[in-house]
Amino acid sequence: MIIAERKPIEEIIDMIKDYKKIILAGCKGCVAVCAAGGEKEVGILASALRMAFQKDGKEIEIKEVTLERQCDPEYLEQIRGIVDDYEAILSIACGAGIQFMAEKYTKTPVYPGVNTKFIGVTEAQGVWSERCQSCGNCILHLTGGICPITRCSKSLLNGPCGGSTNGKCEVDPSIECAWQLIIDRLKELGTFEKVYMNIIPLKDWSTSRDGGPRRIEREDLKL
Amino acid sequence: MRLDYPSNVKIIKLPCTGKVDVIHILKAFESGIDGVYVAGCLEGECHFLIGNLRARKRVEYVKGLLGSIGINPERVEMYNLSAAMGTRFAEIAYEMTEKIKKLGPSPIKTKKGKEYPIKE
Repeated sequence: MIIAERKPIEEIIDMIKDYKKIILAGCKGCVAVCAAGGEKEVGILASALRMAFQKDGKEIEIKEVTLERQCDPEYLEQIRGIVDDYEAILSIACGAGIQFMAEKYTKTPVYPGVNTKFIGVTEAQGVWSERCQSCGNCILHLTGGICPITRCSKSLLNGPCGGSTNGKCEVDPSIECAWQLIIDRLKELGTFEKVYMNIIPLKDWSTSRDGGPRRIEREDLKL
Repeated sequence: MRLDYPSNVKIIKLPCTGKVDVIHILKAFESGIDGVYVAGCLEGECHFLIGNLRARKRVEYVKGLLGSIGINPERVEMYNLSAAMGTRFAEIAYEMTEKIKKLGPSPIKTKKGKEYPIKE
């Protein structure tokens, strides 16, 4: 899922300080699961913002909505009827959701309430970590299911480097060396000799961000 | 025991402090309450194992949130005591009431702006 984190309240207040009526829009997708922008977080942020305004003698009306998803047009349409009654939208969906909201409601300013961090997993309750950089050309079959692009600090295709010590990365000892993980896993699978000994050739990065913004079109699904 | 405690303390009963969520405490402050304290069981003695430990973490989270919007985080506290500690219960009620009295009414009511961080 996409992992996000709420922006510091001070930063959010600074963005919306001149408004009196706003929509605070959450999303029931990824950001709800990582507790950054779901229904619960909408309630908490709205309450905190109201108090922040009230203590300065200002009033703010916050319409709390949580859409099924903000990255699909049909759900964004659900608020079309009320958008014109408000001065701005504060979205706490991921960066994609916030942008799509802005794209659909061109006359209303849309502000981000979260920082979108990465594509990752829930390691434990309250702990998330990165797993995919969406490079567009998956090589997990060559690396024992562990992504060196994401998890190696240098994104090395043939590792480890000399900075790997006791299975940890030189960038930060709290980071596992991805290549140590890959080697351990390949050995466990019994495919170390077969897979690791092959040099992985240069990667074609044109499928990643280097090729510009990406797009997928599927004729079989188009209406 | 016939102990008395300040009449301004309003008790909201819950099956376990583990039920206390961030939004519950925030709603109390939003409605103009000057201070909130959560009274949970002694640590290690929760009937549901870690309900009181969870409550403490949520109280800490609310403290951070209040501080970031200019409200003194000391307006919210977590206490641990057992159901048999009546004297301590009254003591805490007095202690918290005194502390809140010193801090004065909540800026959400007075609309006087930031009270935190405290200017020296």
